[in-house]
Amino acid sequence: MALPQQKLDITEDRLVRVSLPESGAWLREARDAALARVRSMGLPHRRDEYWKYTRPDSLVEPAAPDAAVFDPAADDRPFDDIDRVKLYFVDGVFDAEASDDPTLAGVEIERLADVAGTDIHWAKDLYGVLETRGQTPVDRPLAALNSAMATDGVLIRATGKAAKPVSLLYLHKNPTSDAMLHHVIRIEEGADLTLLENGPAAARFNKVLEVDVADGGAFHHVRAQGRDHERRAVTHIFARLGTESIFKSFTLTVNGVLTRNEVVVELTGDDAVAHVAGAALGDGDFHHDDTVFVTHDALNCESRQVFKKVLRNGAVGVFQGKILVKKGAQKTDGYQISQALLLDGDSQFLVKPELEIYADDVVCSHGSTSGAIDEEGLYYLRSRGIPEGPATDLMTLAFLAEAIDEIEDATIAADIVTRLEGWLSRHRG
Amino acid sequence: MLEIKNLHVKLEEEDKQILKGVDLAVEAGTVHAIMGPNGSGKSTLSYVLSGKDGYEVTEGAATLDGADLLDLDPEERAAAGLFLAFQYPVEIPGVGNMTFLRTAVNAQRKARGEDEMSAAEFLKVIRAKAKTLKIDADMLKRPVNVGFSGGEKKRNEILQMAMLEPKMCILDETDSGLDVDAMKLVAEGVNALRNEGRSFLVITHYQRLLDHIQPDVVHIMADGRIVKSGGPELALEVENNGYADILSEVA
Repeated sequence: MALPQQKLDITEDRLVRVSLPESGAWLREARDAALARVRSMGLPHRRDEYWKYTRPDSLVEPAAPDAAVFDPAADDRPFDDIDRVKLYFVDGVFDAEASDDPTLAGVEIERLADVAGTDIHWAKDLYGVLETRGQTPVDRPLAALNSAMATDGVLIRATGKAAKPVSLLYLHKNPTSDAMLHHVIRIEEGADLTLLENGPAAARFNKVLEVDVADGGAFHHVRAQGRDHERRAVTHIFARLGTESIFKSFTLTVNGVLTRNEVVVELTGDDAVAHVAGAALGDGDFHHDDTVFVTHDALNCESRQVFKKVLRNGAVGVFQGKILVKKGAQKTDGYQISQALLLDGDSQFLVKPELEIYADDVVCSHGSTSGAIDEEGLYYLRSRGIPEGPATDLMTLAFLAEAIDEIEDATIAADIVTRLEGWLSRHRG
Repeated sequence: MLEIKNLHVKLEEEDKQILKGVDLAVEAGTVHAIMGPNGSGKSTLSYVLSGKDGYEVTEGAATLDGADLLDLDPEERAAAGLFLAFQYPVEIPGVGNMTFLRTAVNAQRKARGEDEMSAAEFLKVIRAKAKTLKIDADMLKRPVNVGFSGGEKKRNEILQMAMLEPKMCILDETDSGLDVDAMKLVAEGVNALRNEGRSFLVITHYQRLLDHIQPDVVHIMADGRIVKSGGPELALEVENNGYADILSEVA
């Protein structure tokens, strides 16, 4: 079916500004196929149902709107106390000089740009493949655009338990940078890896992370999206889970004029577990969108979606979350909660929770709330001598606790709480 | 210590006068009790003194050691040494009891320009105090008042009082919802805190609590005023004859 003229225009206007990166063999094929997907879907338009609450214009327009560089000295350096292998990307380009020796993690790590010419490579079966699977039943054209045009990224293959977490650090130095990164991760049978991500990446950032977790494998992911105020970012995670595998992803987002995080998880093996969680804090010109799609396609799997947002001064939070239980996915245990704490009357929380169930022996629950801080609780804390600011922070942290609890590693969770406390103390009413 | 003069209070949201000229002076080191029928304004008095929203003082004054209480935020009143043991302690999901108490103790110390208590020191002190109130480690770890029984909530209030060491303690119907044993435990906790520098204002419906916490002065409150004051025998009179006699006598 031909695209409407309007979509055709925005798509071609964008494509004219980029060209397929040099790459040989299989990657070239994958990129060509992705480009064809973009052309057939068209880039998102504000009238698209899936973009009802978030205007995609600035993510789609040909040039990235400028974004002031966030002073890195002001950053409070997430994960600093955690022993990890650090890999740096500056405005979307891998910085080998600054990065640690990747072999220290005890897993295979390669740069996307380096493997492009290698014909036999494990990533061949995954690059753009999980993204393609995630295009049904909902189009995600910005992810296809990424598969076609991403200039850099890492390919990580874990064959056992990783010695250390792998940490991707993003730095934003150029106020007009328009970066696209594409990472591919394969967790082999019984292997185990923790991936950390943090930092402002670029003025405009489009990232795809494809994760394939084989039977009995475990993947833990914790990211702290940078404190840059003017960033526009769209990120996608496409995960496929094998039998008895585990996938847990947590995202902390503070600041940013526009952030859309899409997570697409497919439970394809029995007894698999997928948890996706997020805590987002915004003050003023902040628009944060969590769009999550979890598909149960096997027996006895568990999935949880836990999303909490704290919004003030006109900040906007969006949650579109879906649990799809396919026919035959019996004994599914699905849970979804999305909540916003609105610290004033100007902020908004827009939600679309969905369940679609075709199996008859499942437990699925979902809930969504938005509300103000509990005045009785606040008075109680103040009557014990805790000033209004810290009392509000304490109540806010309590509100976020369920999402933080999704981080399994206590040290990493404590680090995230420190970030939250820092942000709260800087943003008192 | 606490001085209340001609205090008039109405509800902020509606035109309803609750306190109609309360006069009360609690001297340092004394225990005063306030009794009175339902709706006489006892709890309102405790809320107004601690700084709860929703009340408007239309006339009068309340001072703590000469400082104007009504001009202070709730946290400033607490730091000045005022403590209210709530009739209905509030549940705060997600905030650990221990974290809450340590934050409160250190916030008050900071407000008074004192050094904060270290985690180790705090732990030592709270463990000892919790033990005398039969509060176990589990209760200290749980979120504030969440899933606590009525008795546990009241004991937790007294623990907070013991940790914060206020000079003016107001107990709002601390006996409500307590069985005889729990009441004794709470009363022992209160009595352990009695000293010449600390005063108590005990609000109660029943004389029974006053068997355990012996007051120096008993006041009867009705229709927003203190209508009669006397010694501990006044509480016994209420217990035996109800309020009707006293109220008709002062009418």
